[in-house]
Amino acid sequence: MNLDDLADLAEQYRAIDANVEREVRVCMAASCQSSGAAPVRDALVAGLGESQPSCKVKGVGCMGLCSAGPLVSIADRDGSLEESTIYRDVTADDAADIIASLDGPPVERLRCPTDQPFFARQQKIVLENAGIIDPDSFKGYVAVGGYSALIRALSEMTPADVLREVTDSGLRGRGGGGYPTGLKWSTVAKMPATQKYVICNADEGDPGAFMDRAILESDPHRVIEGMAIAAYAIGANKAYVYVRAEYPLAVERLQTAIRKAKRSGFLGNKIGDTQFSLEVEIRLGAGAFVCGEETALMASIEGLRGQPRPRPPYPAESGLWGYPTLINNVETFANIAPIVREGGDWFASIGTERSKGTKVFALAGTITNTGLIEVPMGTSLRDIIEVIGGGIPGGKAFKAVQTGGPSGGCIPAQHLDIAVDYDSLKTLGTMMGSGGMIVMDETSSMVDVARYFMEFCMTESCGKCVPCRTGTQQMHGILDRLAKSQATRAELALLEELCEVVQATSLCGLGQTAPNPVLSTMRYFRDEYEAKLGDA
Amino acid sequence: MSLQQAKPPLPSNDKRWKLVNATMRRNGYADHALIETLHSVQDAFGFLDEGSLRFVAASLDLPLSKVYGVATFYHLFTLKPKGRHACVVCTGTACYIKGAGGLVERLQERYDINPGETTEDDRLSLLTARCVGACGLAPAIVIDGDVLGKLDSESLIAKLEELT
Repeated sequence: MNLDDLADLAEQYRAIDANVEREVRVCMAASCQSSGAAPVRDALVAGLGESQPSCKVKGVGCMGLCSAGPLVSIADRDGSLEESTIYRDVTADDAADIIASLDGPPVERLRCPTDQPFFARQQKIVLENAGIIDPDSFKGYVAVGGYSALIRALSEMTPADVLREVTDSGLRGRGGGGYPTGLKWSTVAKMPATQKYVICNADEGDPGAFMDRAILESDPHRVIEGMAIAAYAIGANKAYVYVRAEYPLAVERLQTAIRKAKRSGFLGNKIGDTQFSLEVEIRLGAGAFVCGEETALMASIEGLRGQPRPRPPYPAESGLWGYPTLINNVETFANIAPIVREGGDWFASIGTERSKGTKVFALAGTITNTGLIEVPMGTSLRDIIEVIGGGIPGGKAFKAVQTGGPSGGCIPAQHLDIAVDYDSLKTLGTMMGSGGMIVMDETSSMVDVARYFMEFCMTESCGKCVPCRTGTQQMHGILDRLAKSQATRAELALLEELCEVVQATSLCGLGQTAPNPVLSTMRYFRDEYEAKLGDA
Repeated sequence: MSLQQAKPPLPSNDKRWKLVNATMRRNGYADHALIETLHSVQDAFGFLDEGSLRFVAASLDLPLSKVYGVATFYHLFTLKPKGRHACVVCTGTACYIKGAGGLVERLQERYDINPGETTEDDRLSLLTARCVGACGLAPAIVIDGDVLGKLDSESLIAKLEELT
């Protein structure tokens, strides 16, 4: 198959719905489904019946504004989210009004303006299809140009060409570490081995992060396409997606996507009539935060307890069953198809000097617009929280934003103007992480938040190395006494010392970063710690 | 070439064992299929008892200690039977900020059980999850697989009381 054949196929698939002029899109991602999207869709399908053949009801992926779900949008067939009419908090009873308004003015009482910054200020690359295509429809994905990057890579590019584009793009790992993707791929590609593996890390264990979930639920084929391009570039023929069992809908959609891609010849043997073959298999996680760490994740795929091992050797050299292995996060793979399609230079033109492209963030906590956003790297925190996120509800004051989950830290109000990228967040003692942002208002106690994260790390420690196993426990004990105003000044000093020891001596990322929430809250909210001292 | 090991007999005539066997067969009885197999046992029976751990160990030719080690390492696996209904309170950061801790306390008080336990009449199990990824609905609760959001403790208890 070459690009022309694929274009013909896309044209055929588009012709199936040629008579459809407008689409009524219902968000069927997990969050909207929990707020009752399924009855809304059923009511719309039943209400519309056969009366308007030019209008079609379609289940789509995440539209972003989770706090206003269930969301329904009315769009022209190829219309983007911003060009459509969006309705919020829709119930099944509203279906009749929505259908009645199709030929006239929109239903004002349900309307969610799309010119508000939440929609207008975003730039979508990873989420370009989210909320527009049906995630369960293979044809729908091909119709919007899906798999053209894979076919282009296979038919017109050598693996070295693909590596060069990815390197030129400046893409850095979206799982949180920010390691240059091109460099990682090139390292695995150089390894002389007959067997190599590709792993997609979809074990999104960070509390407060749901980007990977939304990507898998909205556009699963995109992730598979990225993995297939990666496998071609490094010379692998077997790939695994390690996904959390807590995300049943994402697992189901991924399974459907893999099955359909295989049936249509985009996975399996001799993809696109070339010599390239790839099998993709899903492996379910079983609820262990540490399995987000790459060596622990591989142990889990091998059927063992998810305990990390020292690196080096890195997985690129000796990974799954001792073979060279490429591990990337869901969002990293979701960036690959547009990079191959538009070129690495295009991608590198977006973002900041050292962090290219866009980043998907999950906004949660006490913020008006909770949900998913995608903005260029370098957007300021103030823009994200006050403008796009709509600020703090209820007239309360902003206190801090927590980024990077249990490995990250809290950023106070005086640093809100910082441009968000991998390096700037590090200078503030926190990290990008996978992109979760939890906003806290003035009522939150920072000692309490630090205790919360330490309790998390303590219970999630795999127990293999002593500093993490017992260090987190001791730290939690002190924080607990602090929160109850029982701790002494000497204990506070001990806590700081423990932070350094656990950071410096733990085996893997979980322990090394566990003190971050404590250190960053101590740095910016020292007075709260002092005020809680028992002997103050 | 390895010789085909004799497979142990099914622990009982329960048809659900065939599902478990199918998972192991699909993975060629490889030892790395252990977690997949435990998932399928738990999906079928609701929990992992000693008999099932022994059966899986014998089938995959693994020491029982290793099977037990894996089963107890992961939070999702449980060695105790669950009640007829399960109420999972998400304790992720967003839910915590929005008061999930209070919900857990109220449920503990109302049903006299701690997270991970089941009421004496076997009706309800109270569980906590690290993050169910529905942060927009914080505090999020999963009752028998359905995610509900933005509940206060009284309306949550009212919902739980409705369950039969």
